[in-house]
Amino acid sequence: MTLRFNDETFRGDYTYHNSAAAVRRFPFPFDQDSYMYSVNIEPHRPTRAGSVFEHRFDVDEHYVAEMQDRAITLADDPLRCQSLPHMELAGWDFLELVMVCKSEDYPDMFTLHRDGDRWHWINRPLGIDQRFTFMDTSTLPCGPLEYIGRQTQGDHALLDQREGNLWMDAGIVTSQADWSLDFNIGMNFFEWHAPVPKAHELGIFQRALKFLTNVQQGKPSRRLNWTMTVNPRLDTSPENYHKWGPEKRTITPENVGAKQYLRVELQSFYRLPRSNALVFPIRCYLISLEDLVTVPKWGRRFHRVLRDLPDELAEYKGFAVNRSMIVDYLARFDDGAETSAGIFPD
Amino acid sequence: MMLRVASVEPLSPLVTKFRFVHPDGAALPLFSGGAHVVVEMPDGEMIRRNAYSLVSDPMDGSGYEIAVRREDLGRGGSLYMHTRVAEGDLLGVGAPANLFGLDLRARKHVLVAGGIGITPFIAQIRQLTRLQLPFELHYCARSRSEAAGLALLPDLPQVHVHISDEGNRMDPAEVLSGQPLGTHAYTCGPEGLVAAMADAGARLGWPEAALHSETFLAPPPGKPFRVTLARSALTLTVGPDQSLLEALEAAGVDAPWLCRGGVCGQCETAVLSCHGRIEHHDHWLDDDEKAAQTKIMPCVSRFQGQDLILDR
Ligand code: HEM
Ligand code: FES
Repeated sequence: MTLRFNDETFRGDYTYHNSAAAVRRFPFPFDQDSYMYSVNIEPHRPTRAGSVFEHRFDVDEHYVAEMQDRAITLADDPLRCQSLPHMELAGWDFLELVMVCKSEDYPDMFTLHRDGDRWHWINRPLGIDQRFTFMDTSTLPCGPLEYIGRQTQGDHALLDQREGNLWMDAGIVTSQADWSLDFNIGMNFFEWHAPVPKAHELGIFQRALKFLTNVQQGKPSRRLNWTMTVNPRLDTSPENYHKWGPEKRTITPENVGAKQYLRVELQSFYRLPRSNALVFPIRCYLISLEDLVTVPKWGRRFHRVLRDLPDELAEYKGFAVNRSMIVDYLARFDDGAETSAGIFPD
Repeated sequence: MMLRVASVEPLSPLVTKFRFVHPDGAALPLFSGGAHVVVEMPDGEMIRRNAYSLVSDPMDGSGYEIAVRREDLGRGGSLYMHTRVAEGDLLGVGAPANLFGLDLRARKHVLVAGGIGITPFIAQIRQLTRLQLPFELHYCARSRSEAAGLALLPDLPQVHVHISDEGNRMDPAEVLSGQPLGTHAYTCGPEGLVAAMADAGARLGWPEAALHSETFLAPPPGKPFRVTLARSALTLTVGPDQSLLEALEAAGVDAPWLCRGGVCGQCETAVLSCHGRIEHHDHWLDDDEKAAQTKIMPCVSRFQGQDLILDR
């Protein structure tokens, strides 16, 4: 199947939309009718043709529009991409990982020719044809992390591994669920996770860190995380809270199905070869409630999850104000029937 | 992956270098300086797995090289490499992992090696040279004939060799004093050297986070002991020159591992009941955890006493 890229926006008039195929392949994050934080990490292996888990870096109908949105955010605020000086090597490792994966997984869209250090990269959807010298930043228009980050959906954090911990020492972050790279830069795994409720007491971060520091080359892992966003907006950053925070107040029982989105992050973890750093891609998928309930299993299950979710989680995820309206809307799609195991549609 | 032994080259009476290549000539994954691989050695009923630092160029995927010191008293892994492995053999070699990486924020890197502890630094020197980062290396050996590292080290002004037989012992305080602010020091070698460097660093007011050491352990041999695995409903005997982890693997029990040297934490196992004394040989559990006897690291630790029941 050749992809058609949507002409759409993630701000202003919010013309973002999912095709019927995109709805079917949406990564619905709940494998049962209730939700609590857990160490939900599994191998990032190709899973289910057509699903978002088929390829290492999923490219979908939103690719071109997302990259345009990233360019707008970066132009307004260059601090959304930062790399401490010792992370340049990790940036090159990451650039290589993306170029190799995309050219192998999507040969019709991406091509990589390598002749020693002389590389030639072609990105057809974005109209890019670049010859450069690997590991020589002066041959690219910007640093390697920013260069490839502007061509890869999702945010990316590069973590340096030292003293048995991970340190957020570089990243390109323009589609985040209310956290800030500029604030977190230089922090370690426990420091940047400090605001999360309950998970510390459950011992989740301690176990997750032990797992992450042992991720091996060629054996990436993944997990899903989720939150709720009003309007299909990628840049829900603390820096721009004044732009999107007030939009939460625009939800009414009439428009909740169209304006309220479930936001799912497909997070993956890769060990990088030369730098021994970890790269953490955080890929964001958005679906409106009215599209979500077209899959009956998802409508039923999502109603039960949100109805029974602990208050602290709704508060932390920032949708407590609209929770009852959302639950009332979803209740109309829950007939009480049993739901099947797993996340995929029946 | 199964790799072919491309060459076997003695560096000294006790140390031999092995080069592995992909049988089809495919490129191997690159790595970072200080990384190790685990080599699998089929030995009768069991598979021995030993971790060795890579000494080849991290940016060269055409092959992996390791330098192995023969230990006649050990559990036999390195003896196996010396006596049973020849050019052309196929051996299982794991993906590179790094538990002793460079801190690339450092303004300067001071590398201190004792004996076979030189191995992680060989690849690190290549990485530092390529990144054009300032460093100096101190290599300590008892005698010139034992100093196998000499054959691996590049001829650079930053490389200093200390041979104690020639009256040229290294003085840790001298190495550490006068280094520019923001220097990191790395030590790999016998426990005494690691302790001496830590000591000198503390006296000179070095931040703890700037002093690194590789306390990599080969599992020591010991007395045989019995262990019961509650979840698998099995009771095993761990042989004298076998680790608990190897005994679990030989019995087909799924047990995680990474370093096989007591530093990564991956193999941590809960102890359900213990009448006797756990011989903790790892660097993962803290002193309180060791005293409590509720956790064990099967890759290096052993047991003596009446009975030990594990959650496996
Ligand atoms: C190195 C990789 C990771 C990075 C860079 C990362 C980063 C973050 C950040 C920036 C936040 C937002 C915190 C805030 O409110 O300011 C967050 C939230 C969170 N993280 Fe991580 N994380 C990583 C791995 C993990 C792993 C492996 C787990 C667990 C198994 C995990 C569990 C969570 C949870 C439960 C939240 C709260 C999310 C919510 O309820 O929406 N993280 N993470
Ligand atoms: S395998 Fe690393 S501590 Fe046991």
